[in-house]
Amino acid sequence: MNNLDIATSIAAAHTNVPGGLLPALHGIQDALGHVPSDVVPAVAEQFNLSRAEVHGVVSYYHHFRSTPAGRLLVQVCSAEACKAMGADALLEHAKKHLGCDVHGTSADGQYSLEPVFCLGLCASSPAIAVNDEVHARITPALFDDIVEEARQAS
Amino acid sequence: MTTTVYVPRDSAALAVGADRVARQIEAEAIARKVDVRIVRNGSRGLFWLETLVEVATPEGRVAYGPVTRADVAGLFDASFLSGGAHALNLGLTDEIPYLKKQERLTFMRMGMTDPVSVADYEAHEGFAGLRRALTLAPAEIVQQVLDSGLRGRGGAAFPAGIKWKTVLAAQAPQKYIVCNADEGDSGTFSDRMTMEGDPLMLVEGMAIAGIATGATEGYIYVRSEYPHAIATLNEAIRHAEQAGFLGDDILGSGHRFRLTVRKAAGAYVCGEETALLESLEGRRGIVRAKPPLPALQGLFGQPTVINNVITLASVPIILSRGADFYKNYGMGRSRGTLPFQLAGNIRQGGLVEKAFGLTLRELLYDFGGGSASGRPIKAVQVGGPLGAYVPEAQWDLPLDYEAYAAVGAVVGHGGIVVHDDTADMSQLARYAMEFCAIESCGKCTPCRIGSTRGVEVIDKITSNQNRPQQVILLRDLCDTMLHGSLCAMGGMTPYPVLSAINHYPEDFGIEAPDRFAA
Ligand SMILES: Cc1cc2nc3c(=O)[nH]c(=O)nc-3n(C[C@H](O)[C@H](O)[C@H](O)COP(=O)(O)O)c2cc1C
Ligand code: SF4
Ligand code: FES
Repeated sequence: MNNLDIATSIAAAHTNVPGGLLPALHGIQDALGHVPSDVVPAVAEQFNLSRAEVHGVVSYYHHFRSTPAGRLLVQVCSAEACKAMGADALLEHAKKHLGCDVHGTSADGQYSLEPVFCLGLCASSPAIAVNDEVHARITPALFDDIVEEARQAS
Repeated sequence: MTTTVYVPRDSAALAVGADRVARQIEAEAIARKVDVRIVRNGSRGLFWLETLVEVATPEGRVAYGPVTRADVAGLFDASFLSGGAHALNLGLTDEIPYLKKQERLTFMRMGMTDPVSVADYEAHEGFAGLRRALTLAPAEIVQQVLDSGLRGRGGAAFPAGIKWKTVLAAQAPQKYIVCNADEGDSGTFSDRMTMEGDPLMLVEGMAIAGIATGATEGYIYVRSEYPHAIATLNEAIRHAEQAGFLGDDILGSGHRFRLTVRKAAGAYVCGEETALLESLEGRRGIVRAKPPLPALQGLFGQPTVINNVITLASVPIILSRGADFYKNYGMGRSRGTLPFQLAGNIRQGGLVEKAFGLTLRELLYDFGGGSASGRPIKAVQVGGPLGAYVPEAQWDLPLDYEAYAAVGAVVGHGGIVVHDDTADMSQLARYAMEFCAIESCGKCTPCRIGSTRGVEVIDKITSNQNRPQQVILLRDLCDTMLHGSLCAMGGMTPYPVLSAINHYPEDFGIEAPDRFAA
């Protein structure tokens, strides 16, 4: 199945779910890695909404992306508790090490870097997540190890 | 003989390698031909000791921590399975001062049980509150919650019983219980711990709320940053359904209550209750004007109780032990306990459940052991990113909703973020404005535009461009945001900003504090 068919069938499976648009978009992003803008019209049609409405929802939420992420999505917590333990410097380190800017993807498509506002690990800060796996008490050296290990595993 | 070993499955333990520790213990046990049963419990909330491994001994549970994979072989050599001496041996878990000094009511089971085991839950007072509720009339359940003095733990501290009463009295074909598990505040993790470490307590609290108000459907809106919490909740709900605590006929009582977990999508403002409802309905999370109150026209236009995780999780013990038991903790109009969360630059970060009325100083030093860096503590942000920075002069105030409000601060969800003396308060104030600009839902101008202007003005202050005028402008702007915003996103961003400039003027390059506004 191509992206459009996958997205359409996921959307169709959610039209009877109350408030089903968000669960549908989560399903699409889980399946495709992002919510491509060219599936938006089909999703809108399934939900009997305008394209603008669906686009509005996709673009409103930080979690939904309309472009694919790198093979590893690296999230660095940038909220207060992590800042108190050096998160700003860690983010700078991450940019250099991964070779991409915040909200960017590295040229080789390997990494995407996103700031995140709290992972609930604030007593073990600074914290990061790599493809949903959480890591705490991160130093630059540990950051490099974790990323390298995840790269080899992916 | 089989020895039971506990290795937490809480995210904060996983984040420092708990899975590896568990696998290593398993492998060593096999290699040494000893019989070990590993239980993946919740966390005790002593996060500087994670991975905290416990061993069941005849004397009680003995704790070791922080354990890494590399320590495991040595622990076996030191006979940790019978509580043997080792550098990481912390003695009996219950005797660890950090835990022993707490008043764990809501968190009484935290870290003790297998979070998804109904049998383990019931063996530790679980579902006693629900069973009691089934013997009461709905109005009597609501009265218990009212009498307990329980106020919303999500931030605004509105009496829970009053919301419940309104929903009970409303006539409608369908009512809902919505749990706010968006926990967006930096420095907070008690909701996450509940969902990962004792999710059945939340299930029980929501079922009681359903029976009390006549709501038959419940939703738990969990932030997408918490994948482990979502997975654990779903597992716990499945087990509760199988055991008859959820479903069309709860324990044969004729009451129906069903629960659905919904994943949020990373918008801080969706923690605001009406934005959350919009999001649950499948739209952008834009704040709704009130009235109508959600209690009358909430989810899908129907009467809805919307409460924070900890509010709902506090209900089972209120029902099982009685409103008076709960109310006897606390002070003034702040009744019961709050799971405080010590975070940021603190040596012993973690969860401290205590009755209202203790002081920040006790939390910071008696529990927290001072800063992690060893440097002096400079500022403490209490109550999340919209909470004020509390300076040392106020650390002896009792943690009580009213006492904090009186000095322009908030207790909120009980998150406590510690900064040492290297913190630049002008940059933290700038960050508060920046955060508001990123997370504003955009409905009102003071919040949407004011926050961006706030960043610019603070930049001018710190780079000394017309500093005196810019300070006046910043105060003006804060005043407009305080009074002209529809919700607390724009309405409270001035709290961290003004407290930073009032208490730490030197960080803004101004000498004497000029406090003529707010
Ligand atoms: C911007 C903003 C974010 C909020 N975030 C949360 C949150 O993450 N969790 C929460 O329980 N309440 C949050 N609240 C408070 C809710 O609006 C609401 O007061 C709460 O869900 C009511 O539950 P309670 O009475 O049990 O506290 C937030 C409020 C605002 C204005
Ligand atoms: S204050 Fe901000 S977040 Fe709240 S309704 Fe207004 S624009 Fe939206
Ligand atoms: S502030 Fe970084 S994990 Fe909470």
